[in-house]
Amino acid sequence: MIQQERMTVVQQEKIAKNIYELTLQGEIVQDASPGQFVHIRVSDSFEPLLRRPISIANINKESREFTLIYRAEGRGTQSLSQKQIGDEVDVLGPLGNGFPVDAVPKGGTALLVGGGIGVPPLYELSKQLKARDVRTIHVFGFATEDVTFYEEKFSTLGDTHYVTVDGTHGTKGFVTDLLEELTPEFDTFYACGPLPMLRALENFYPEKQGFLSFEERMGCGIGACFACVCKTTDKVEKDYVKVCSDGPVFAKGVVKL
Amino acid sequence: MSNISIQLPGLELKNPIMPASGCFGFGREFANLYDLSKLGAIMIKATTVEPRFGNPTPRVAETPAGMLNAIGLQNPGLEKVMSEELPWLERFDVPIIANVAGSLLDDYVDVAREISKAPNVKALELNISCPNVKQGGITFGTDAVVARQLVEAVKAVSKVPVYVKLSPNVTNIVEIAQAVEIGGADGITMINTLVGMRLDERTGKPVIANGTGGLSGPAVKPVAIRMVYEVYKAVEIPIIGMGGVTCAQDVIDFMSAGASAVAVGTANFVDPFVCPKIIEELPKKLDELGIESIKDLIGRSHR
Ligand SMILES: Cc1cc2nc3c(=O)[nH]c(=O)nc-3n(C[C@H](O)[C@H](O)[C@H](O)COP(=O)(O)OP(=O)(O)OC[C@H]3O[C@@H](n4cnc5c(N)ncnc54)[C@H](O)[C@@H]3O)c2cc1C
Ligand SMILES: Cc1cc2nc3c(=O)[nH]c(=O)nc-3n(C[C@H](O)[C@H](O)[C@H](O)COP(=O)(O)O)c2cc1C
Ligand code: FES
Repeated sequence: MIQQERMTVVQQEKIAKNIYELTLQGEIVQDASPGQFVHIRVSDSFEPLLRRPISIANINKESREFTLIYRAEGRGTQSLSQKQIGDEVDVLGPLGNGFPVDAVPKGGTALLVGGGIGVPPLYELSKQLKARDVRTIHVFGFATEDVTFYEEKFSTLGDTHYVTVDGTHGTKGFVTDLLEELTPEFDTFYACGPLPMLRALENFYPEKQGFLSFEERMGCGIGACFACVCKTTDKVEKDYVKVCSDGPVFAKGVVKL
Repeated sequence: MSNISIQLPGLELKNPIMPASGCFGFGREFANLYDLSKLGAIMIKATTVEPRFGNPTPRVAETPAGMLNAIGLQNPGLEKVMSEELPWLERFDVPIIANVAGSLLDDYVDVAREISKAPNVKALELNISCPNVKQGGITFGTDAVVARQLVEAVKAVSKVPVYVKLSPNVTNIVEIAQAVEIGGADGITMINTLVGMRLDERTGKPVIANGTGGLSGPAVKPVAIRMVYEVYKAVEIPIIGMGGVTCAQDVIDFMSAGASAVAVGTANFVDPFVCPKIIEELPKKLDELGIESIKDLIGRSHR
């Protein structure tokens, strides 16, 4: 169920250049699943006016906490990064449909591919896959070493490979360069990142089952305003989907890339 | 407690608050959050004869205390709205105001004739002010003669009262208001969005794929208040005011300027519970002002 709640900041830490890890506590956590997002109002004034969509990166139902990892870039996310422990944040969520964790058979293997700030939702996914006895292979691309995060955490969950465009950390190049080299064996792939990366992956693994998480600029975040629509391929009946309420995760082949 | 019910042509409003067209879809998403029967009315998303996909994305951009949108009247088309959306809304005790759009005069007439037959559609809102479509829309709203002719044609077929939604993108809004009144409009809704543009800081190109978009939100409220104030003086028919409403005080401002009811648009994205919150807050605010019936607010700026 979608709720609006004033959640409490229990932790906020800078974990890489301009990248923050924010832990919030509240009831919304109980309904959250990997790949879903929350829509955050960072200020009670009209500046900035709109909410900001951020993926849920780590869920802890017992402590009623979840973690968001975001890049402080524009006005909204910069102001979010100023929040202190004990502050309240207006959160709407959980929103959208996340990654289907049970798409991989028990004992199977999942390939998780992420790009930059698309990596965070794959953390909770990887945790839940591991809990189901699914082996995970992580292949994550970043611009440069300064903005990488969570390598150790992912390493405890499965095979982990980091790639940077400038070669300052891990292999030099794009995730697809490394995938070409690794030729991993897997049942299903899950991906979140920039559009060119998602497009490349769909072409890379035409025979495989895959799930992709999309980004689009949003108004309402709940499916009412038609801001976030994507055209679909001929394979699906609907002409369009809304990233906020039909997605952000779609099976491979649904969204026209 | 003050009485906040309002009667308007075709509309028995429990309270003067309604979500604005395009900011509430057909109500389904908000029905998961609260009981839509609390609302005074609902202005549903623009309906055209055929389904429309709308404009390419990005369709929205944030601006200081506001936003630009160029959705492009995306909607499932008249047939689906009649067979699915309106029947679904019947479960709520709330009058529906159907926003009607089109490219040609005949499109408006066709949609109006059919949609006004739906039992829960109590009024039409002719959208002659959408800035985001290439044809129709705003072209009907910027020429007084064309606007009047359109209203006459729609009035001839509609089974329910017809309100006309005015565009602020004109030199003289009073002239258009008077023209639609002469054409037989039962009421006016105003304002639609103001045409604007935001540039990407890095590329210098417009953020919105359509180039321009319609500005809405708190930033436009002073413009909307001024226009309601001017139109109230010039016409006899009632006005439903909108543009930047976020709280009960804004509602009081619009009604003081001359609106008989008020619609809330962009604020639904900022706080999805904004309409019920305002409805709850309003009687208290009126008590504070010592106003017994909300009707006493209407046009008080002019007295
Ligand atoms: C479903 C979803 C999940 C996301 N998850 C994350 C995440 O986990 N971590 C993270 O760092 N980022 C995430 N993003 C991107 C994040 O929403 C934007 O970076 C953020 O909204 C930018 O806000 P700003 O204040 O920094 O920028 P501003 O330039 O001030 O933003 C202006 C407006 O544009 C919108 N906008 C700008 N960039 C984007 C973008 N890339 N996607 C959508 N809207 C944008 C903003 O929401 C705002 O309405 C996600 C986006 C979506 C759609
Ligand atoms: C995303 C969005 C979509 C809109 N779609 C419509 C529409 O379909 N028909 C219409 O008459 N007005 C439409 N509008 C205009 C609003 O109904 C309203 O007139 C305007 O936004 C001003 O009110 P506000 O400042 O409270 O948003 C839309 C506005 C927004 C922000
Ligand atoms: S953001 Fe409003 S429909 Fe998706």
